[in-house]
Amino acid sequence: MRDFYGVTLPNALLLGTAQYPSPSVLQDAFRASGAGVATVSLRREAGQGQAFWSLIRDLGVRILPNTAGCHSAREAVTTARMAREVFETDWIKLEVIGHADTLQPDPFGLLEAATILCAEGFHVFPYTTEDQVLAARLLDAGCKVLMPWGAPIGSGLGLNNRHGLRMLRAAFPDVPMVIDAGLGLPSHATEAMEMGFDAVLLNSAVAQAGDPVAMARAFAFAVQAGALARDADPMGVRDMGAPSTPLIGRAWL
Amino acid sequence: MRIEVNGTPRDIAASTVADALSELGWGDARVATALNGDFLPAASRATHPLRDGDRLEVLAPMQGG
Repeated sequence: MRDFYGVTLPNALLLGTAQYPSPSVLQDAFRASGAGVATVSLRREAGQGQAFWSLIRDLGVRILPNTAGCHSAREAVTTARMAREVFETDWIKLEVIGHADTLQPDPFGLLEAATILCAEGFHVFPYTTEDQVLAARLLDAGCKVLMPWGAPIGSGLGLNNRHGLRMLRAAFPDVPMVIDAGLGLPSHATEAMEMGFDAVLLNSAVAQAGDPVAMARAFAFAVQAGALARDADPMGVRDMGAPSTPLIGRAWL
Repeated sequence: MRIEVNGTPRDIAASTVADALSELGWGDARVATALNGDFLPAASRATHPLRDGDRLEVLAPMQGG
Protein backbone atom coordinates (compact mmCIF):
# COMPACT_ATOMS: atom_id res chain seq x y z
CA MET A 1 0.00 0.00 0.00
CA ARG A 2 1.38 3.36 -1.03
CA ASP A 3 1.44 6.12 1.55
CA PHE A 4 -0.55 9.32 1.40
CA TYR A 5 1.51 12.28 2.62
CA GLY A 6 3.54 9.89 4.76
CA VAL A 7 0.54 7.99 6.11
CA THR A 8 -0.04 4.33 5.30
CA LEU A 9 -3.71 3.44 5.42
CA PRO A 10 -5.07 0.20 6.92
CA ASN A 11 -6.83 -0.65 3.66
CA ALA A 12 -7.64 0.92 0.31
CA LEU A 13 -10.92 2.50 1.34
CA LEU A 14 -11.72 6.10 2.20
CA LEU A 15 -15.33 6.43 3.28
CA GLY A 16 -17.75 9.35 3.40
CA THR A 17 -19.98 10.10 6.37
CA ALA A 18 -23.09 11.51 4.65
CA GLN A 19 -26.52 10.07 3.86
CA TYR A 20 -26.56 7.11 6.29
CA PRO A 21 -29.95 6.14 7.69
CA SER A 22 -28.73 6.74 11.25
CA PRO A 23 -25.55 7.56 13.20
CA SER A 24 -25.32 3.96 14.45
CA VAL A 25 -25.47 2.60 10.89
CA LEU A 26 -22.67 5.02 9.99
CA GLN A 27 -20.55 3.68 12.85
CA ASP A 28 -21.28 0.04 11.98
CA ALA A 29 -20.54 0.66 8.30
CA PHE A 30 -17.18 2.16 9.18
CA ARG A 31 -16.26 -0.81 11.33
CA ALA A 32 -17.35 -3.21 8.59
CA SER A 33 -15.38 -1.35 5.92
CA GLY A 34 -12.11 -1.20 7.81
CA ALA A 35 -11.64 2.24 6.26
CA GLY A 36 -8.94 4.34 7.89
CA VAL A 37 -10.17 7.69 6.60
CA ALA A 38 -13.51 9.49 7.00
CA THR A 39 -14.47 12.43 4.82
CA VAL A 40 -16.39 15.23 6.50
CA SER A 41 -17.54 18.76 5.68
CA LEU A 42 -18.18 22.13 7.27
CA ARG A 43 -21.62 23.68 7.27
CA ARG A 44 -23.40 26.46 9.12
CA GLU A 45 -23.83 25.43 12.74
CA ALA A 46 -27.49 24.57 13.25
CA GLY A 47 -27.33 22.51 16.42
CA GLN A 48 -26.00 19.16 15.23
CA GLY A 49 -22.36 19.93 14.63
CA GLN A 50 -21.06 19.21 18.09
CA ALA A 51 -22.70 15.78 18.38
CA PHE A 52 -21.43 14.85 14.93
CA TRP A 53 -17.92 15.89 15.91
CA SER A 54 -17.89 13.55 18.91
CA LEU A 55 -19.30 10.71 16.79
CA ILE A 56 -16.53 11.17 14.21
CA ARG A 57 -13.84 11.37 16.86
CA ASP A 58 -15.07 8.11 18.35
CA LEU A 59 -14.56 6.34 15.01
CA GLY A 60 -10.83 6.63 15.67
CA VAL A 61 -9.99 7.16 12.01
CA ARG A 62 -8.13 9.90 10.19
CA ILE A 63 -10.28 12.86 9.14
CA LEU A 64 -10.28 14.19 5.58
CA PRO A 65 -12.33 17.41 5.44
CA ASN A 66 -13.74 18.40 2.07
CA THR A 67 -14.57 21.66 0.35
CA ALA A 68 -17.76 20.24 -1.14
CA GLY A 69 -20.12 22.75 -2.65
CA CYS A 70 -17.45 25.33 -3.39
CA HIS A 71 -17.64 26.74 -6.90
CA SER A 72 -14.66 29.09 -6.78
CA ALA A 73 -11.05 28.90 -5.66
CA ARG A 74 -11.71 31.65 -3.12
CA GLU A 75 -14.54 29.75 -1.44
CA ALA A 76 -12.52 26.53 -1.42
CA VAL A 77 -9.42 28.17 0.05
CA THR A 78 -11.44 29.86 2.82
CA THR A 79 -13.26 26.61 3.59
CA ALA A 80 -9.97 24.72 3.72
CA ARG A 81 -8.50 27.21 6.17
CA MET A 82 -11.59 26.90 8.38
CA ALA A 83 -11.50 23.10 8.16
CA ARG A 84 -7.85 22.97 9.18
CA GLU A 85 -8.67 24.80 12.39
CA VAL A 86 -11.82 22.84 13.27
CA PHE A 87 -10.56 19.36 12.40
CA GLU A 88 -6.93 19.96 13.37
CA THR A 89 -5.53 18.44 10.21
CA ASP A 90 -3.58 19.67 7.19
CA TRP A 91 -5.38 17.17 4.99
CA ILE A 92 -7.96 18.64 2.65
CA LYS A 93 -10.07 17.02 -0.04
CA LEU A 94 -10.11 19.88 -2.49
CA GLU A 95 -13.28 20.17 -4.54
CA VAL A 96 -13.91 23.14 -6.78
CA ILE A 97 -17.07 22.34 -8.70
CA GLY A 98 -17.35 23.61 -12.26
CA HIS A 99 -20.76 22.36 -13.34
CA ALA A 100 -23.92 22.13 -11.28
CA ASP A 101 -25.32 19.02 -13.00
CA THR A 102 -22.27 16.86 -13.57
CA LEU A 103 -20.42 18.17 -10.50
CA GLN A 104 -17.33 18.06 -12.70
CA PRO A 105 -14.27 19.74 -11.19
CA ASP A 106 -13.44 23.23 -12.43
CA PRO A 107 -9.85 22.59 -13.56
CA PHE A 108 -8.85 26.25 -13.47
CA GLY A 109 -10.28 26.97 -10.03
CA LEU A 110 -8.90 23.66 -8.76
CA LEU A 111 -5.36 24.49 -9.85
CA GLU A 112 -5.61 28.02 -8.44
CA ALA A 113 -6.82 26.77 -5.06
CA ALA A 114 -4.33 23.88 -4.96
CA THR A 115 -1.45 26.27 -5.62
CA ILE A 116 -2.46 28.52 -2.72
CA LEU A 117 -3.16 25.68 -0.30
CA CYS A 118 0.02 23.72 -1.05
CA ALA A 119 2.01 26.92 -0.43
CA GLU A 120 0.26 27.24 2.94
CA GLY A 121 1.35 23.73 3.94
CA PHE A 122 -1.87 21.88 3.30
CA HIS A 123 -1.73 18.27 2.20
CA VAL A 124 -4.06 18.54 -0.75
CA PHE A 125 -6.14 15.66 -2.12
CA PRO A 126 -7.49 17.24 -5.31
CA TYR A 127 -10.75 15.91 -6.74
CA THR A 128 -9.83 16.03 -10.41
CA THR A 129 -10.59 14.46 -13.77
CA GLU A 130 -8.52 11.98 -15.77
CA ASP A 131 -6.91 14.92 -17.64
CA GLN A 132 -3.16 14.31 -17.75
CA VAL A 133 -2.18 17.93 -18.31
CA LEU A 134 -4.18 19.06 -15.31
CA ALA A 135 -2.64 16.24 -13.29
CA ALA A 136 0.85 17.44 -14.17
CA ARG A 137 -0.03 21.02 -13.18
CA LEU A 138 -1.46 19.85 -9.85
CA LEU A 139 1.71 17.89 -9.15
CA ASP A 140 3.79 20.96 -10.09
CA ALA A 141 1.70 22.98 -7.62
CA GLY A 142 2.75 20.63 -4.84
CA CYS A 143 0.02 17.98 -4.67
CA LYS A 144 1.46 14.58 -3.74
CA VAL A 145 -1.81 12.69 -4.29
CA LEU A 146 -4.35 12.81 -7.11
CA MET A 147 -8.02 11.86 -6.89
CA PRO A 148 -9.43 11.39 -10.39
CA TRP A 149 -13.17 10.87 -10.65
CA GLY A 150 -14.65 7.57 -11.73
CA ALA A 151 -17.94 9.19 -12.75
CA PRO A 152 -20.04 12.17 -11.58
CA ILE A 153 -20.43 12.36 -7.79
CA GLY A 154 -23.35 10.27 -6.59
CA SER A 155 -24.03 8.71 -10.00
CA GLY A 156 -22.98 5.13 -9.22
CA LEU A 157 -21.87 4.67 -12.83
CA GLY A 158 -18.42 3.28 -12.05
CA LEU A 159 -15.40 4.04 -14.24
CA ASN A 160 -16.74 6.17 -17.08
CA ASN A 161 -13.48 6.60 -18.98
CA ARG A 162 -11.36 3.50 -18.53
CA HIS A 163 -8.96 4.46 -21.28
CA GLY A 164 -8.34 7.92 -19.81
CA LEU A 165 -7.86 6.53 -16.31
CA ARG A 166 -5.45 3.87 -17.57
CA MET A 167 -3.46 6.56 -19.41
CA LEU A 168 -3.35 8.70 -16.27
CA ARG A 169 -2.19 5.79 -14.14
CA ALA A 170 0.54 4.95 -16.66
CA ALA A 171 1.67 8.57 -17.01
CA PHE A 172 2.37 9.00 -13.29
CA PRO A 173 3.21 5.52 -11.99
CA ASP A 174 4.72 6.76 -8.72
CA VAL A 175 1.95 9.14 -7.66
CA PRO A 176 -0.56 7.80 -5.13
CA MET A 177 -3.99 7.97 -6.76
CA VAL A 178 -7.47 7.51 -5.34
CA ILE A 179 -10.52 6.99 -7.51
CA ASP A 180 -12.95 9.47 -6.01
CA ALA A 181 -16.63 9.64 -6.85
CA GLY A 182 -19.07 7.82 -9.06
CA LEU A 183 -18.56 4.26 -7.88
CA GLY A 184 -21.72 2.27 -7.26
CA LEU A 185 -20.69 -1.36 -6.93
CA PRO A 186 -17.84 -3.32 -5.38
CA SER A 187 -16.92 -4.55 -8.86
CA HIS A 188 -16.14 -0.92 -9.81
CA ALA A 189 -13.74 -0.70 -6.88
CA THR A 190 -12.12 -4.00 -7.80
CA GLU A 191 -11.61 -2.78 -11.35
CA ALA A 192 -10.03 0.46 -10.13
CA MET A 193 -7.59 -1.50 -8.00
CA GLU A 194 -6.84 -3.96 -10.82
CA MET A 195 -5.97 -0.94 -12.99
CA GLY A 196 -3.34 0.02 -10.45
CA PHE A 197 -5.07 2.74 -8.46
CA ASP A 198 -4.10 2.84 -4.82
CA ALA A 199 -7.47 3.35 -3.15
CA VAL A 200 -11.07 4.36 -3.73
CA LEU A 201 -13.17 6.99 -1.99
CA LEU A 202 -16.86 6.17 -1.59
CA ASN A 203 -19.92 7.51 0.10
CA SER A 204 -23.25 7.05 -1.69
CA ALA A 205 -22.48 3.50 -2.81
CA VAL A 206 -22.38 2.43 0.82
CA ALA A 207 -24.74 4.90 2.49
CA GLN A 208 -27.53 4.51 -0.07
CA ALA A 209 -27.40 0.71 -0.21
CA GLY A 210 -30.33 -1.11 1.33
CA ASP A 211 -27.89 -2.58 3.84
CA PRO A 212 -25.01 -0.12 4.19
CA VAL A 213 -23.10 -2.29 6.65
CA ALA A 214 -23.09 -5.31 4.35
CA MET A 215 -22.15 -3.11 1.40
CA ALA A 216 -19.26 -1.60 3.36
CA ARG A 217 -17.98 -5.10 3.99
CA ALA A 218 -18.40 -5.99 0.32
CA PHE A 219 -16.29 -3.00 -0.70
CA ALA A 220 -13.58 -3.99 1.77
CA PHE A 221 -13.33 -7.40 0.09
CA ALA A 222 -13.53 -5.78 -3.35
CA VAL A 223 -10.51 -3.52 -2.93
CA GLN A 224 -8.55 -6.37 -1.41
CA ALA A 225 -9.39 -8.64 -4.36
CA GLY A 226 -8.44 -5.96 -6.88
CA ALA A 227 -5.10 -5.27 -5.23
CA LEU A 228 -4.27 -8.98 -5.01
CA ALA A 229 -5.16 -9.46 -8.67
CA ARG A 230 -3.01 -6.51 -9.75
CA ASP A 231 -0.03 -7.84 -7.82
CA ALA A 232 -0.61 -11.30 -9.29
CA ASP A 233 0.12 -9.93 -12.81
CA PRO A 234 -3.07 -10.68 -14.78
CA MET A 235 -2.92 -12.66 -18.03
CA GLY A 236 -2.95 -10.89 -21.38
CA VAL A 237 -6.18 -10.31 -23.29
CA ARG A 238 -6.73 -11.66 -26.83
CA ASP A 239 -9.51 -11.45 -29.34
CA MET A 240 -9.65 -15.13 -30.40
CA GLY A 241 -10.13 -18.23 -28.31
CA ALA A 242 -7.16 -20.32 -27.17
CA PRO A 243 -7.79 -23.80 -25.79
CA SER A 244 -6.55 -24.33 -22.27
CA THR A 245 -6.78 -28.12 -22.43
CA PRO A 246 -3.75 -29.71 -24.21
CA LEU A 247 -4.30 -30.74 -27.83
CA ILE A 248 -1.55 -33.35 -27.62
CA GLY A 249 -2.93 -36.78 -26.78
CA ARG A 250 -6.40 -36.04 -28.09
CA ALA A 251 -8.19 -39.27 -29.12
CA TRP A 252 -8.85 -40.08 -32.81
CA LEU A 253 -12.62 -40.69 -32.66
CA MET B 1 -25.54 46.65 16.40
CA ARG B 2 -27.06 44.51 13.69
CA ILE B 3 -24.92 41.90 11.94
CA GLU B 4 -25.71 38.92 9.77
CA VAL B 5 -25.01 35.52 11.36
CA ASN B 6 -25.13 32.54 9.01
CA GLY B 7 -27.37 34.54 6.70
CA THR B 8 -29.80 35.71 9.38
CA PRO B 9 -29.88 39.31 10.71
CA ARG B 10 -29.16 39.43 14.46
CA ASP B 11 -29.05 42.30 16.94
CA ILE B 12 -26.12 41.79 19.29
CA ALA B 13 -24.48 43.71 22.12
CA ALA B 14 -21.00 42.20 21.67
CA SER B 15 -18.28 44.25 20.05
CA THR B 16 -15.86 41.41 19.23
CA VAL B 17 -16.31 38.12 17.39
CA ALA B 18 -15.39 36.15 20.54
CA ASP B 19 -18.04 37.94 22.59
CA ALA B 20 -20.58 37.53 19.80
CA LEU B 21 -20.02 33.77 19.77
CA SER B 22 -20.60 33.63 23.53
CA GLU B 23 -23.71 35.77 23.21
CA LEU B 24 -25.05 33.48 20.49
CA GLY B 25 -24.45 30.36 22.61
CA TRP B 26 -21.36 29.08 20.79
CA GLY B 27 -18.78 30.11 23.36
CA ASP B 28 -17.41 26.60 23.85
CA ALA B 29 -18.47 25.08 20.56
CA ARG B 30 -16.06 23.61 18.03
CA VAL B 31 -16.70 26.05 15.21
CA ALA B 32 -14.74 27.97 12.60
CA THR B 33 -15.51 31.56 11.74
CA ALA B 34 -15.35 33.73 8.66
CA LEU B 35 -15.99 37.46 8.69
CA ASN B 36 -17.14 39.14 5.51
CA GLY B 37 -15.97 36.15 3.49
CA ASP B 38 -12.49 35.80 4.99
CA PHE B 39 -11.36 33.15 7.46
CA LEU B 40 -11.02 34.55 10.96
CA PRO B 41 -8.78 32.28 13.08
CA ALA B 42 -9.93 31.46 16.62
CA ALA B 43 -6.89 33.27 18.01
CA SER B 44 -8.05 36.54 16.43
CA ARG B 45 -11.67 36.44 17.59
CA ALA B 46 -11.09 38.20 20.92
CA THR B 47 -9.39 41.18 19.36
CA HIS B 48 -11.29 41.47 16.10
CA PRO B 49 -13.90 44.23 16.35
CA LEU B 50 -17.36 43.79 14.89
CA ARG B 51 -18.99 46.52 12.86
CA ASP B 52 -22.58 47.14 11.97
CA GLY B 53 -23.51 45.21 8.87
CA ASP B 54 -20.72 42.61 9.19
CA ARG B 55 -21.40 39.12 7.83
CA LEU B 56 -20.33 36.40 10.25
CA GLU B 57 -20.25 32.75 9.20
CA VAL B 58 -20.08 30.15 11.97
CA LEU B 59 -19.36 26.68 10.60
CA ALA B 60 -19.32 23.34 12.38
CA PRO B 61 -18.40 19.73 11.55
CA MET B 62 -20.97 18.08 9.33
CA GLN B 63 -21.43 14.88 7.35
CA GLY B 64 -19.61 14.87 4.03
CA GLY B 65 -18.53 12.70 1.14
